[in-house]
Amino acid sequence: MTIVSAPIEPPSVEPPLSLEPSSRRLGEKAIVALLFAAAALAVLITVGIVLAIAGPTVEFFRQIPFSRFFSTEPWAPNFVPDGFGVYSILAGTASIVLYSCMIALPAGLGAAIYLNEYASHRARKILKPVLEVLEGIPTVVYGLFALAFVAPLLQQIWPTFLPGKLGDPPGFQFVLSAGVVLGIMIIPTVASVSQDAMSAIPGGLREAAYGLGSTKMQVATKVVVPSAFSGIVASFVLGLSRAVGETMVVLMAAGAIANLTLWPNDPVLTMTAFIGRTATGDVGFGTTTYYTLFAVAALLFVITLVINTISIALVRKFREVYE
Amino acid sequence: MTDQATRAAGPAPSPQRAARDVPDVPKEPVFTTQDLNIHYGSFHAVTDVSMEFGKNEITALIGPSGCGKSTVLRCLNRMNDLIPAARVSGEVRYHGIELYGPKIDPIEVRRRIGMVFQKANPFPKSIYDNIAYGPRVTGMKVDNMDDLVEQTLRRAALWDEVKDKLKQNAYGLSGGQQQRLCIARAIATNPDVVLMDEPCSALDPIATLRIEELMAELRELYTIIIVTHNMQQAARVSDRTAFFTVKVNETTGDRTGGLVEYDRTTKIFENPSDQRTEGYISGRFG
Repeated sequence: MTIVSAPIEPPSVEPPLSLEPSSRRLGEKAIVALLFAAAALAVLITVGIVLAIAGPTVEFFRQIPFSRFFSTEPWAPNFVPDGFGVYSILAGTASIVLYSCMIALPAGLGAAIYLNEYASHRARKILKPVLEVLEGIPTVVYGLFALAFVAPLLQQIWPTFLPGKLGDPPGFQFVLSAGVVLGIMIIPTVASVSQDAMSAIPGGLREAAYGLGSTKMQVATKVVVPSAFSGIVASFVLGLSRAVGETMVVLMAAGAIANLTLWPNDPVLTMTAFIGRTATGDVGFGTTTYYTLFAVAALLFVITLVINTISIALVRKFREVYE
Repeated sequence: MTDQATRAAGPAPSPQRAARDVPDVPKEPVFTTQDLNIHYGSFHAVTDVSMEFGKNEITALIGPSGCGKSTVLRCLNRMNDLIPAARVSGEVRYHGIELYGPKIDPIEVRRRIGMVFQKANPFPKSIYDNIAYGPRVTGMKVDNMDDLVEQTLRRAALWDEVKDKLKQNAYGLSGGQQQRLCIARAIATNPDVVLMDEPCSALDPIATLRIEELMAELRELYTIIIVTHNMQQAARVSDRTAFFTVKVNETTGDRTGGLVEYDRTTKIFENPSDQRTEGYISGRFG
């Protein structure tokens, strides 16, 4: 191997040498300003929403004391006698989250493991787009599906032999039908975010595991899932937040009765359903009911904020750096 | 490329290790390949490789990029199965058993034939759990896992460096230590063969030397097959060397990898029979 080096003329430096910018590059500055504005907009809108909720919420608590809001008294803001115990609709939200996550998290994780570790190239090429289509179906369609299909089916097959309250056949609208459908709705989110996390782990880890004689199951459960754990946690939290915030399905299928219960066959009113139902009804500006909407919205906001904060902490804790 | 640099540096490397009696042909072959051909889709990666790998020997596979040496290595523990388009034809026998026979479970194969990769790939777990992984997944009967971990790390000459941080994440180790951990992980299940795919190509010379010393010790217990770009390394550590190269079909222009010469390492480096081998080891070709 011989290295042929041609003589290279140094670039000529002719006076006057200037290293100052040749133009003021205004276009670049304009673009930076535009991009900054776009980034700032998101922050500003968030701040705006917080402020918009905060004012009426403060007004609400001026009229109704904390001790009544955070209590188990009946939830009846626009009735006489009125009641403002938010625990009833908090329980509604909690039970929807419980039943939907019982379906969405295992099924979503399972789907992700199947897609990433087991599915053939062809199966993956068909299944992934189908999952993504499932993600795009409007929630109102899911609501209809819950009302017209899942609720009657569950009523028919309800295990009435179960003792006590659990054996009572449910009515037309109840938690489990909304929870099941909401769970199905969230599966694609959990599955696709989890699968992205799994496919991002270095191929060398999978090879190492196979090289040691692991079965596919062992590769999936002992190497892939633990290595992708932070992404899986993120997908769970995303699913959880969607369940907390989802309105249409629960509005249509879960009932309209504020119920301090976690039974699967009871109808419930969730916080989002309360806001949706009340705000679309006849609410006079400045009434206590009007301010109640904002108090509940503020509570929802705080809950999702807490969930997201916990998730960020979890993701950081479990993040693996592969270097 | 370190490869280029080392080759340009001087005359052909010569075997430096104290001479070991290496018989002309392996006495006890662990692997026998006969007319081995490997395709990736329509690409004919390796053509007609027939050779024997001896027990408790270190066999080095050398040759320029694209010559199929890694492909052959990965075919010996069925790692190529993980690539959907890979297809193997011809015979690969392991202790006389056809490795690609219909009833062969690749998982059982890999439990006996361990592998170390080019880039150190410890699991994002503790040092201890990395070593314990193999015995756990293979369901090995272990009386005392702590003892097994210590014994394995000692065998991999890593114990003294890590004994105080067994519970720490393996990513805290240096690159060379990580690679030795991967070797330790591979031998924790007491395999019959250890395959090494350019195990030192990402390491500095000192870490490389330590791994070479380790290989010389491990030869007493295991059969080792190593792919390397570094000819000095092949000359230093191996008993036998196989030289592969890229063969170009004159009419179609298709390229395929194939075996040129396979012999005792001393013979390959001191008196090769094929001109292409001589050209490659003296740095004139490849």
